[in-house]
Amino acid sequence: MQDQEVIREFLVESHENLSRLDQELVELERRPRDQALLASIFRTIHTIKGTCGFLGFTTLEAITHQAESLLSQLRDGQRELTPALVSLILETVDVTRRVLAAIEASGEEGPESFGELTERLRAAAQRGDAVPDGSVPESAAGGSGDAPREEEIAKSSAVADANIRVGVGLLDKLMDLVGELVLTRNQILQFNTEREDAALNATSQRLNLITTELQEGVMKTRMQPIGMVWNKLPRVVRDMAVALGKQVRLDMDGADTELDRTIIEAIKDPLVHLVRNACDHGIEVPEIRMRAGKAAQGRLTLRAYHEGGQVNIEIGDDGAGIDAARVKQKAVEKGLLRPEQADKLSDREIVNLIFHPGFSTAQTVTNVSGRGVGMDVVKSHIEKIGGVVDVISRPGEGSTVKLKIPLTLAIIPGLVVNSGGERFVIPQVSLLELIRLEGDSSDKHIERVHGTPVLRRRGSLLPIAYLNQVLGLEAAPADAVSIVVLQAEDRQFGLVVDGIQDTQEIVVKPLGKQLKGLSVYAGATIMGDGRVALILDVLGIGQRSGVLAESREQARAAVEQKTQAGQEQQRLLLFRAGSFERLAVPLSLVARLEEFPRGSIERASGCRVVQYRNRILPLVPLRGVLEPGAPEPAQTDDVVQVVVFNDGERSVGVVVDQILDVAEEAVTVRQKSSRKGLLGSAVVGQKVTDFLDLNEVIRTANEIWFQGTRETAAGTKVLVADGSAFSRGLIRSGLDMAGYRVREAATVDEAVRALEQELPTVVVVAADLPPGGSAALLTAMRRCPEWASIPLLALTDPETSGAADLRGAGFQDCQAKFDREAMLDSVARLASALAQAEPVPVCVGEEE
Amino acid sequence: MASEAAHGSSAQFSTFFVADLFFGVDVLRVQEVLRFQQMTRVPQAPEVFEGLINLRGQIVTAIDMRRRLRLPPRSGGQTPMNMVVRTEDGAVSLLVDEIGDVLDAEDTTYERPPENLDPAARELIRGVYKLKDRLLLVLDAERTVDLVAERRA
Repeated sequence: MQDQEVIREFLVESHENLSRLDQELVELERRPRDQALLASIFRTIHTIKGTCGFLGFTTLEAITHQAESLLSQLRDGQRELTPALVSLILETVDVTRRVLAAIEASGEEGPESFGELTERLRAAAQRGDAVPDGSVPESAAGGSGDAPREEEIAKSSAVADANIRVGVGLLDKLMDLVGELVLTRNQILQFNTEREDAALNATSQRLNLITTELQEGVMKTRMQPIGMVWNKLPRVVRDMAVALGKQVRLDMDGADTELDRTIIEAIKDPLVHLVRNACDHGIEVPEIRMRAGKAAQGRLTLRAYHEGGQVNIEIGDDGAGIDAARVKQKAVEKGLLRPEQADKLSDREIVNLIFHPGFSTAQTVTNVSGRGVGMDVVKSHIEKIGGVVDVISRPGEGSTVKLKIPLTLAIIPGLVVNSGGERFVIPQVSLLELIRLEGDSSDKHIERVHGTPVLRRRGSLLPIAYLNQVLGLEAAPADAVSIVVLQAEDRQFGLVVDGIQDTQEIVVKPLGKQLKGLSVYAGATIMGDGRVALILDVLGIGQRSGVLAESREQARAAVEQKTQAGQEQQRLLLFRAGSFERLAVPLSLVARLEEFPRGSIERASGCRVVQYRNRILPLVPLRGVLEPGAPEPAQTDDVVQVVVFNDGERSVGVVVDQILDVAEEAVTVRQKSSRKGLLGSAVVGQKVTDFLDLNEVIRTANEIWFQGTRETAAGTKVLVADGSAFSRGLIRSGLDMAGYRVREAATVDEAVRALEQELPTVVVVAADLPPGGSAALLTAMRRCPEWASIPLLALTDPETSGAADLRGAGFQDCQAKFDREAMLDSVARLASALAQAEPVPVCVGEEE
Repeated sequence: MASEAAHGSSAQFSTFFVADLFFGVDVLRVQEVLRFQQMTRVPQAPEVFEGLINLRGQIVTAIDMRRRLRLPPRSGGQTPMNMVVRTEDGAVSLLVDEIGDVLDAEDTTYERPPENLDPAARELIRGVYKLKDRLLLVLDAERTVDLVAERRA
C-alpha cells in the first residue's frame, strides 16, 4: 500500500487541476491558437501522468499518456484543434475523474481499463489529421457521455471538498491577528486581576480559553510535516552516492512530524547540507566498509520526533565516525586551538569543533562538500531559529547530528525579569532554573575566580553575569540576589537580575532594521500593560558578558575550575621532578598550570623568566633546587611544564618535569623531612609522596624574590589555631610564603600555651577550633589584658551550614577558610593596624 | 519626487520643527502624528535611538531628530512629538520638537541644499523650498532611518 498521505495530496491536486482543465478546454475551443493555454493544458495532463506513473496507477497513466501525445501535437502546431478533439480530451478528463474517485474510495484504480478510450486517443494521435468517424458521435453523442459527467460533478470529491488551498499570506496574517489577540487577552487578564467583578472574571476566563484554543488552531494550520523537506533527500542521497561511488540506503522515520512553516523553511538548507555531509564524509566507500566488516551499503537514518515542546531531528550514519584526533590536529593546524589546549578538551568537545567557522577535515576537496563552508553555517542557521546542534561520534560505528528545534517561533513562553528599572523577557527554552539568594550573606555566595564571579551549584561552578552590567544599566539595591540559570549552546551560566516576575506567552516581534544588529536582543514584545519589552538573546548575552567565550577560554576555565574545586576538596597536585618521582603541593596554592615553549624562556638578572600575561614570570627549575649540582638532563621536550604560584601582585613559576595527577585522598601519615626544600612525606594514593616546601624552594632559587615582603612581614608573628592538621598546614603555607612567622595550635589549650610563650601580632582561628570553637579562645584571651588587644581573624567554613559572619562578635575580621587571598589581605591589614596603633576593629571590605 | 516634476506643479509636505530648523516630509510618507508616547529604552543601542513604542501592536523604533542632526538636546520639560513615517523597512517614528501644517510648495522655489551645510544635516536634507517667510528643508526619510546599531564586541 502506498503512502496514504501522498495519495491524498495527489487527489487534492488532481481534482483542482481537472476543474481548471474543464475551463481551459472550453476556453481553448474559442481560442484554438492560444499557445499559453495549450501549454497549460499540456502541463496539467503531463503532471497527472507523471504522478500516476510514480504511484503505480497504470490505467490512468496509459490514458493520460495518450492524451498527452495528442496535446503535444496540438501544442507543436502539427494539427488543428477540432471540436471533436476537444470532446475527446474532455472525455479523458471525465474518465480521469472517475478513476480518481475509485482511488479515493478504495485506494485502487478499479477494474475498468478504459481500453476503448485509450485506443481512440492513440488512433487520433497517430492519424494526425482528423478524428476517426464514429468516435465523434460517440463522444459528443451526449446521452451516455454527459450523464455520468454531471453526476460526478455534482457529487464531486469528498477529499477535494474537505480541503481548501489557502494562501500562506492569509495564514501569516491570521497568525499576526492571533498574536494581537493574545496580547489583548493578556491585557484583559491583567485588568481583571485589578478588579473584583465576577462577571468580568468569568468572561475573561472564557476569553482566555478561547484565545488559547484559537491560537493552537491557527498554529496548526501553519504546521507542515517534515516530510515536505525530506522528500527531496532520497534524490540528493542517490546522486551523491553515484558521484562518490558509494552505496547508501536512506531510512526515514517520523516524516509526519509537524513543524511550523517558517521553521520548515529555515531548516531546509541545513538538512540538505547535513545529509550531503554524511554521504560524503560519514559513509565510506564499499571496499573500506567491507574491510571493516560492515555491509557494503551504508545506512543513513533520518529521524524526527516531538519531545518536550520541541522537535528533535537526527541525521545518523553508520560510517567511520568523526576522527577526534584528526579534528584536533586540524584545529591546531588552523590555529583554532593551541596544542596544549586541545589536549584538555573532551572528545565530544573536539568533535563539536566541526561547527567552527572555517573548518573542514575532508582530506580531498570534492565537488560536493569539504570546502570548509557549511557546518558553521548549519549551526548558525539552526541557532537563528532558537535551535541547538550537537554531534555525537562513535569511531568506527558512525556519527549522529542532533538538531533540537522549537515548534514555532511566533508565540513562545517567556520569563519576565527586571533589571535597572526595565523589563526584559527571557525565552523559556533557554531557562534551566531560578536561584534566589537571601539574607545578608547573599552576595557572599557569589565568589570570584580571578575576578570572574561564579556560584557554587551542586558541586560545580556556574559562571555568573550581571544583566545590568551587560546592558550598562543602573544596579538596583536589593536584599536578595535573583539568578536565572540559562543554557546557551551546550554551556550554562547564571544571569543576575534585579527581580523575577512571571512567565507569559509572548508574541515575538522583530526589531526594526536599525536595531537588529544588537546581538543581545532576540526581538521585542508587547506586555499586558501595552508597553514594549525587549526579548533577550541568551547566546548574545552570554557572549557579550564573556561567560560564553570561545572554546580556547573554556579550556582555561576548566583548569581554573579545577583549581577552585581543589580548594574546597583539599586536593593535592602531584608532579615529578628530577629523581623525585612523586611530589605534592596543595592545589589551593596553585594559580595555574601552564606550558611554555622552551624557546620562549629568557634570562633577566640572572634568573630564568618567561613573558606571561604582559608580565615577567620568574621561573624556578625545581630539579636544580632539590638536587643542586646534578647535571642538567637532555632537553627532549620542546615545552616546559610550569606550576604557577600567585602571591598577590607577583607570580612565580616552578618548572617541573611532569604533572602527574590531582589526588583527592586525605593525607594519612606525615613524616618530617630534614631535606632542604621538602616539608616531609606522606602517603598519598597508597604511595609515599614528598611534600614540597614551597617557601624554601622559592627562596633558595631566587633570594631576591621575597626581599620586598620580608621587610614588612618579617617578624610579624601569626598564631594559627585550627583543629585540622591539613587546613592548618594550608593556612601556614600561605602565611609562610608571604613571609610571616607562623606558630600552630590544634586546640584552645595549645593556643593558650603558645600565647603564654610568645605574643603573636595576629591570631588566626578556625571557627570550629576544638573544643568549644573560636569563641572559647576569644573568652580565654579576654581574660588576660595583654592578649585582649591582639586582633583575631576568624575563619569560617563556607560549606558548613550556619557559618555566620563572626565580625562584630569580638573578632576583628572574618573570612572564608580557604580563601587564601582574603585571609592574607586580612592578616596584613590587622597587623599593620596594630603597628600604627589604630583602633581595632578593622573593616575589611568584600574581596574583589 | 517633487524636484523632478514638471514646472508649475507643487508638492505637499508635512512640516515639523527641530530646534530652529523647519522640515518637511512628503505627505504621503507620513503614517500618523502622535503625542509623546511612553517608550521602552533599548540599552546598548546608540543614543539616537530613543526607544520603542507600541503603535497598535506594531513595534516602532523612535529616532530622536535632535541627536540625528547633532543638535543640542531639547530643553527640559519639552516633550517631543512622534512623526511616524513609512519607510522601506516599515514604520519609524521621528521625534521632533513641534508639528507644523501641511504645506504646498511650488517646484519653482526648489533649490539644492547649500554646499556649506553641516555634513550631518547635508546628508539628510534633499533640498530647500524658498517659502515666502522661511526656508522649508526637505528631509530624506530613507536616509534619516538608515542607521544600524552595530553589535559591539
